[in-house]
Amino acid sequence: MSEMVTLKIDGRQIQAPVGSTVIEAARDANIYIPNLCSNPELEPYGACRMCMVEIRHGKRTRLVAACIYEVSEGLEVKTDTERVNNVRRLVIELMLSRNPKHPTLLELARRHGVEGTRFEVDVRGCILCGQCVRTCREVVGVSAIGFEGRGTTRRVATPFNESPAECIACGSCAYICPVDVIPLKEKDGVRTIWKTDFPMLKCQSCGRTIAPQRQLEHFAKITDQSLDDLTKSCVHCR
Amino acid sequence: MIKKIKSPADLEKLQEVAKRRIDPEKPCIAFCTGTGCLAYGTQKLVDLFKQEIEKRHLGDSLYVRNTGCHGFCERGPMAVIYPQKIFYQHIKPEDVSEIIEKTVLAGDVIDRLLYEDPVTKTKIVKEDDVPFYKKQMRLVFGMNGLIEPTSIDDYLAIGGYSALAKALSRMKPQQVVDEVIAANLRGRGGGGFPAGWKWDATRKAQGDPKYVICNADEGDPGAYMDRSLLEGNPHCVLEGMVIGAYAIGSSHGYIYVRNEYPLAVKNITLAIEKAREFGLLGENILGTGFSFDVLINRGGGAFVCGESSALFASIEGRSGEPRAKYVHATDRGLYNKPTNLNNVETWANVPLIINNGAAWYAGIGTAKSKGTKIFSLVGKINNTGLVEVPMGITLREIIYEIGGGIPKGRKFKAVQTGGPSGGCIPEEHLDIPVDFDALTELGSMMGSGGMIVMDERNCMVDVAKYFLSFLEGESCGKCTPCREGVLQMRKILDRICEGNGTLADIDTLEWMGQAIADGSLCALGGSAPNPVLTTIRYFRDEYEAHIKEKRCPAGVCKALITYSIDPETCTGCHVCARICPTQAATGEKKAVHTINQETCIKCGACYESCKFDAVTVA
Repeated sequence: MSEMVTLKIDGRQIQAPVGSTVIEAARDANIYIPNLCSNPELEPYGACRMCMVEIRHGKRTRLVAACIYEVSEGLEVKTDTERVNNVRRLVIELMLSRNPKHPTLLELARRHGVEGTRFEVDVRGCILCGQCVRTCREVVGVSAIGFEGRGTTRRVATPFNESPAECIACGSCAYICPVDVIPLKEKDGVRTIWKTDFPMLKCQSCGRTIAPQRQLEHFAKITDQSLDDLTKSCVHCR
Repeated sequence: MIKKIKSPADLEKLQEVAKRRIDPEKPCIAFCTGTGCLAYGTQKLVDLFKQEIEKRHLGDSLYVRNTGCHGFCERGPMAVIYPQKIFYQHIKPEDVSEIIEKTVLAGDVIDRLLYEDPVTKTKIVKEDDVPFYKKQMRLVFGMNGLIEPTSIDDYLAIGGYSALAKALSRMKPQQVVDEVIAANLRGRGGGGFPAGWKWDATRKAQGDPKYVICNADEGDPGAYMDRSLLEGNPHCVLEGMVIGAYAIGSSHGYIYVRNEYPLAVKNITLAIEKAREFGLLGENILGTGFSFDVLINRGGGAFVCGESSALFASIEGRSGEPRAKYVHATDRGLYNKPTNLNNVETWANVPLIINNGAAWYAGIGTAKSKGTKIFSLVGKINNTGLVEVPMGITLREIIYEIGGGIPKGRKFKAVQTGGPSGGCIPEEHLDIPVDFDALTELGSMMGSGGMIVMDERNCMVDVAKYFLSFLEGESCGKCTPCREGVLQMRKILDRICEGNGTLADIDTLEWMGQAIADGSLCALGGSAPNPVLTTIRYFRDEYEAHIKEKRCPAGVCKALITYSIDPETCTGCHVCARICPTQAATGEKKAVHTINQETCIKCGACYESCKFDAVTVA
């Protein structure tokens, strides 16, 4: 068992392992801290700034992102102060200016008393939380997509905006997207993602489609099995 | 092939040889060949000079020295003639032979090339007597005029690398750290964090190797002191780094310099090669057993890469995006190893401290800010250039005594310090002593030392918008408050400048400013709202004039101004009509002219060109 530290979140004394982040400690203690880019399966990132909390260390207080700030002995965290809420309200309004309709964002707005955005709306859909890019790299292990551009021109894209050469069409990016803006479609044994058609393989026993061929090939490679083995049966007929 | 210097005693011998090489009584003309003066065409002057010397077979009787930037950029091309230290400015190619004939050979002064004091109208002969230089304290920058940056001999001749020899042979690493702590050298790159503390933390951190980095990714609009140091005195920066590496216990260093600084890259590259050749860098430096080497990393010109964690990412080959600094770089920086990063000017101060001692250094400046600071004084100022002043000097002294005040007799309005994310300081605070803490208290900051002077013709809302637009373009886009927040703040300012703002917009800007500062991932976003917040704080009336009266008091915001011609003052000289690109200004010669508001595009060309101030803007 790893070494533990004791900290306080909103007055509640909790324990957390050394090296864990405030948001992890809060999650384990069932304390809600809103967030859009944090995911237990991904490395800490700290981009959306929804999870800002106010910490006190000795006499000083300051705002930190709970998803990247590590716990320490005696740390005092407040998740619901005026300063914290101001940042969250700003972030929500700014997110709504890119995506004014998604239920996840509207629900966050409701929780924080935000009635809509004061800012000029320029619908882009994507809120640039980066979960898709990071999932592809960290979980799937292929880095088929990445960020393009800088500042306000930043967007998620495939290399050179072409059909992604590395993509295995697993759909993890679409699945993880908190605002559902990555289109994924399946029709007639073909999965379409990133504007590219990926043929799917059928189960040799029952004939149902299993998964895109590229995904199965990737899986075969990392598990050292043959494509033939992987398609002999499927979840439906096994 | 030069033999490597094997001991501090060897170095002293070599310094002596280098010193004897130059006869101090022999005339020497030192041309400023910094990037600014090269742009003025100084290279041509130098070539002509050399041709004349050859023609007259004077090769043995004088020296020509191509130095780095002298600082008085307003007056280039310029040169100082030794031993008398005669200062010539605005030199033209046709002056070259006369300078040789009269000044170099006969020792006479050419009156028309001298600087004229704008107040007393007297001509000033010597560089030191020029008011621009007189009030300065050029401890670091003054060396530029004495050496050719490409000559390690020149640097050795002025005692170069003595501080390194002293540190390596007579001080323990911890003593060096303690000396820098005692000197209270604070980071010149913007933050003002005590360099000694950083060194100490890196020294004590666990991990191997430890990295030492020189941040030369200067990107503030109008700031170029780091470039001029690296161009003009690269060995001094390098010497500081080697001393720092010794103190910290580092064997690997990087200089991260933007590729838009070709001359700086060239000169520092050469300096590194020479230092290696002389045994001042590399294995077993000065025979002391200490080894340290430096690599140059050229940056692609992203402003955010001056931020330390983005800079590390860039060196590591990733895109230049900052990460949270909750874990200090001194513990886990470049490649997750203990890393000490200081700015060019900070490194250049180190040899001075080691040579002269912490007590001497701490004797200069204010209680909490020691030593000197180089500022780039630009904007609406008579003497544009780089100035090095002791901490604690007032803004008024810098602007009026060194800078020579505002051109065209116009009225000072504000000075913007600290680069794009600094703040605008109004007249009422010009008498504060300039140091890290005083500027921060005013809502601005020291930053890397940009100082942009603005006069009554600068609209402060427009100024805030300009800096925000810069930061909007330079934000990496990773975190929401900076990427989207700065964009939306700029859009609100656009609206105000177009006369469509509301008073509630000012409150929104203030609220957003605080939240962006609190919520951003790195210092770029953290300080991005400063120009807006300080202009609201000190120039709220200008914001209100735009909103309530639909008026731009400075006459800048196109949507809110009209140009017209005062019939009483118009002489009918026809200049406005000739210059107007849309033929909106018309009139018969010697008769009163008028401006057609339908076709006027408000470019202001008539306003600028009218010699009689007959064109008015309201």
